[in-house]
Amino acid sequence: MFDFLVKRLATLVPTLFFVSVLIFGLQQLLPGDPAVILAGEDRDPNVVAYLRAKLHLDEPLPIRYFYWVDGVFHGDLGESQRIQKPVLDLIVEKLPVTIELAFLAMLIALAIGIPAGIISAVKKDSLWDYGANVVALWGLSTPNFWLGILLILLFSVALGWLPASGYVSPFVDLKANLAAMIMPAFVLGNAIAAVLMRHTRSAMLQVLNADYVRTARAKGLVERTVVLKHALRNALIPVITLGALEFGTLLSGAVLTEQVFTIPGFGKLIVDAVFNRDYAVVQGVVLCTATAYISLNLFADLAYFLANPRLRG
Amino acid sequence: MTVATITADFTAAPRDDSPARRALRRLVHRRGAMFGLGCVVFFILVAILAGVLAPYDPLQTSWSAVRKAPSAAHWFGTDEIGRDVLSRVIYGARASLLAGLVSVSIALALGVPIGLVAGYVGGFTDGLISRVVDAMLACPFLILAIALAAFLGPSLTNAMIAIGISATPIFVRLTRAQVLAVKVEDYVEAARAVGNSHWRIALRHVLPNVLPPLIVQATLATAAAIIAEASLSFLGLGQQPPAPSWGSMLNTAKNYVDNAPWMAVWPGLSIFMVVLSFNLLGDGLRDALDPRHV
Repeated sequence: MFDFLVKRLATLVPTLFFVSVLIFGLQQLLPGDPAVILAGEDRDPNVVAYLRAKLHLDEPLPIRYFYWVDGVFHGDLGESQRIQKPVLDLIVEKLPVTIELAFLAMLIALAIGIPAGIISAVKKDSLWDYGANVVALWGLSTPNFWLGILLILLFSVALGWLPASGYVSPFVDLKANLAAMIMPAFVLGNAIAAVLMRHTRSAMLQVLNADYVRTARAKGLVERTVVLKHALRNALIPVITLGALEFGTLLSGAVLTEQVFTIPGFGKLIVDAVFNRDYAVVQGVVLCTATAYISLNLFADLAYFLANPRLRG
Repeated sequence: MTVATITADFTAAPRDDSPARRALRRLVHRRGAMFGLGCVVFFILVAILAGVLAPYDPLQTSWSAVRKAPSAAHWFGTDEIGRDVLSRVIYGARASLLAGLVSVSIALALGVPIGLVAGYVGGFTDGLISRVVDAMLACPFLILAIALAAFLGPSLTNAMIAIGISATPIFVRLTRAQVLAVKVEDYVEAARAVGNSHWRIALRHVLPNVLPPLIVQATLATAAAIIAEASLSFLGLGQQPPAPSWGSMLNTAKNYVDNAPWMAVWPGLSIFMVVLSFNLLGDGLRDALDPRHV
């Protein structure tokens, strides 16, 4: 276990280094003088001079990179030019909203994807199987911002059951919070449910043909027990770890979903930052996303390692 | 078995039974894939013939026809400044398909040679390339594309570049994995033994044998690129108004969803259909090119 962890952490160091180079490099894509662009439309010479000094723009590129990384290690991701607040504070402020959305979306995805995958595998080549595959293809092919608009049209405009936009903190009014979050969470969970369904189906099909499942059947166990107790437990190990890797899809989807439903989360923060040319915020959001993704990847690998006795030796 | 019998067995095999033809036969028997192919061809024709098929100029505004519901004059209705939605959907196919094609071409043009080098050369070069790819894959596809598009500036060209660069690591990783499997095959050893140069081995013997999974991935990546372009245009980072694009049409439509829902239905349905078609075609190609997958 310790050896595995050390090896895994050792591969993380160069990955994190290149992530930091990539994100720092984004700033170099800006045409012209970054200080002038970052200073906004006013281009106040004092602001330009301040930014030039703060970003060490007169220094060579590797030195600037070193200063930037040093800042990141000390929690300094820069300052939002528009809101005049540290980027880290903005991210910490918006992140809980997106985490709640992602959590609800994952719950919905698990509730749809895993039972659909099980039924599809158990009733292979039946109408249920075809139906589940059609639903999976629908989930993979539907742009979530379009699905969001259609749901608003149905549940907010036509039926008037749910609010079309806005966000209420769960600590203020839990019912209003869930009413506001259920549609975005479904939109976001829809695509992940399709992926989970396909993974579950494939894993279940492999497991259902395994010797120990045949033995369980030969012992005279009820089919439900064979499927849910013997097959599913083993099939779920790769599904759960692959599900963790869907975190990237969740965050990408959150950017669009939050835009459609006007939810003030992490995704909306990056979009607003893009339009206000708040480049430090864009860099900060990408850095946090990548770090979270790498960490989840590590946890998924560890979970797989712990759950699979063959890997532990 | 004598040499004569072996020769007889080979000559007795049908001449058209090459792996490519067998794959084609399997593909033709897949109804989903054929439906997908038919739809893809339909959308390509719509994009090429947009000038002939569109009943109106997609940019022509009419203040007397603002947000009109679908009718005989405007089959898909009109938008917030009286433009014909059908004409804009037809012209929008150009932006979407172009984005899919160009982005995937960029990803292939960058990803395949880099993956080939990583897999074939191995060692430090492979390690370095793999770590850079890991770093790129650590940034979720759309977030990386948004960040790139933000720094490059909003336009369809920059969106295509951003999507292409963001999709590159998948092709690097896939090509590398395939090359690692192929380069230890006997025929590659034989090519090396007869004195072929590394370039010749990589290009003439390795590359053709790693193509099938790349073709499948390219088809599926086209679907992802079309959704990504629509997403960037929806956010205002892709095709810029007034030029038509399905994503930007949906961005406008979301503001009028209560009184002009047709503005949202048709562009969204078009994205859905074209993405579904590429996904069906990709699934069918995977089954046809890799029978083990079935």
